Amino acid sequence: MPAFELFQPTSIEDTLSLLERHRRSVWVLAGGLDTFDWLKDRNKRPSVVIDLSGVTALRGIKATPDGGLEIGATTTLTEIANHAVVKEKFGLLAQSAALVASPQIRNQGTLGGNVSQDTRCWYYRSGWTCYRAGGNICYADTPTSINREHALFDANRCVAVNPSDTAPALVALDAQMVIRNSSGERVVPAEEFFIGPSIDITRMTVMEPGDLLTSIRIPATWAGAKFYFEKVRDRQVWDFPLVNVASALKVSGGNIQQARIVVNAVAAHPMRLHAVEAAVTGQAQSEATATMAGDLAVQGNQPLAHNGYKVPLMRNLVKRALRAEATS
Amino acid sequence: MNWLVQTGLNPWSEEILTHAQWNLVYAAIGFGVVFMIAHTLYVAFWPKPAGGDTAPVDPNAAARVPAKVKRHSFAARAFHWIMAASMLTLLVTSFAPILGWKFDWVQIHWMAGIALTISIIYHIIHASFWLDFWSIWLNREDLNEAITRFKRAIGGNAPAPRKAAKYPWDNKMYHTAIVLSALAVVPTGLFMMVRVRNPIFERNPYLFSDGTWGVMYVLHGLSGIGLVALTIAHIYFAIRPEKIWITKAMVFGDVSREDFLKHHDPQRWVVEGSAPQKP
Repeated sequence: MPAFELFQPTSIEDTLSLLERHRRSVWVLAGGLDTFDWLKDRNKRPSVVIDLSGVTALRGIKATPDGGLEIGATTTLTEIANHAVVKEKFGLLAQSAALVASPQIRNQGTLGGNVSQDTRCWYYRSGWTCYRAGGNICYADTPTSINREHALFDANRCVAVNPSDTAPALVALDAQMVIRNSSGERVVPAEEFFIGPSIDITRMTVMEPGDLLTSIRIPATWAGAKFYFEKVRDRQVWDFPLVNVASALKVSGGNIQQARIVVNAVAAHPMRLHAVEAAVTGQAQSEATATMAGDLAVQGNQPLAHNGYKVPLMRNLVKRALRAEATS
Repeated sequence: MNWLVQTGLNPWSEEILTHAQWNLVYAAIGFGVVFMIAHTLYVAFWPKPAGGDTAPVDPNAAARVPAKVKRHSFAARAFHWIMAASMLTLLVTSFAPILGWKFDWVQIHWMAGIALTISIIYHIIHASFWLDFWSIWLNREDLNEAITRFKRAIGGNAPAPRKAAKYPWDNKMYHTAIVLSALAVVPTGLFMMVRVRNPIFERNPYLFSDGTWGVMYVLHGLSGIGLVALTIAHIYFAIRPEKIWITKAMVFGDVSREDFLKHHDPQRWVVEGSAPQKP
């Protein structure tokens, strides 16, 4: 790995001060699972790395007065997947965390890292100067590209997708991302935290240089709702999603009162299906509603040469998420 | 050359041009601001040449100038304002995201680019067949006038130049700069449209080699950056008190007789109905 200066702060304040001081060439290391790929491949060459493992204030899960939870950004995915309250109230997040990669990776990987990770587009990660890397071409969107993992929606020059499993769950749960920098704190809804290439082609989140994701707040809004999470991947042992779906439903008397349905790995950001949510609200939770939702979900898709299979995959995942017997 | 262009690596490990160096946007804005300040100070404090800026006009020709002179037809004004709106849209959509204002800019950008292209084509046809095509182009007389004015501005001994024809020489200089920039920015922009999804051109990123695309992106970027400085200068002159009559003419089309005689030589710009009667 190319040499860099390593800082291991123990407080959030020290971390923010370091981020401010080294703004432009700093890399924040949480679990290190995305980081070391980049550094060892020599495709990112920060002069400074800040290791967050010593910042205890960034770890842990605590209850909030409104009945929700606040999860520190460096809380591991295993802790989240096994946490009793998370499982009881926000099972959607526990399910999604439990399906990230492998047990070893979940032991090391953090929630903050999982939502902040970069795209897996191998053209981009190979170090070529594509749009996302500051260039003027998308190598994944050419007549001869291998692009079976790439985007169906919202492609704007770049066709990379967001590979996170926990991101759609957090969007479905109306989570709030707490971001701090040297000038203060801001709280961004999870749905707005993730951005597509039309807004900024070189980033996947709203995080700017100097920003630190400190925690993720999950309000009580969806506590105990009927949740569904499903991830389809090439290798069942461990892999990134080809498509995943997270849904939260409030059902009363067999009718859907409120719904949140989010799909990931089909765009550069987790895609909340507003039209589907509106269409199913007030409808009976039935096979017909689920079928209608699946068909509506995929409207407007623009498949590339090799990712057309994602259309029926996404349609069926949304359908399954809305079936009465599927949600629990 | 790293101060001018950005380079990258393609899959064949070849170093390719990718963009103009975006930091130059700050330089263009800085240049525009410094130019405005310098010109303001020049106008306010620099000693004026003895005997006035320009030579007096022929009184007989002046007497024939009507109360109002048509400077720009409606068609010419419509072109100007459509071009101005599309140009400003293009500059904002291209450089605001670079300066930190993030929004979905690509579609607005290419749509404004199409509007600009159509307006330029219209302008070329209109100027070729309905206007005095050569009146806006620099000629030897303009160059001589520029030299004379420069000599007089630095205290040299030179005769006062004649008042302007329809377009003063600095106006022509600006037009020439805009034409050169447009020649670089419009064709490259149209080709770049085949790199983005749009309903007009079929996507074909392999239309040119990486190297040719790189040159195209650099040309487009550099001319765009140049247009930032040119636009700042243009807006500055448009709102300067002594030039506001030109801006008004671009809005309403007419110039008053007083302004006409203050700035134009009726023998160099013979307006309709003011030509001397043949005996």
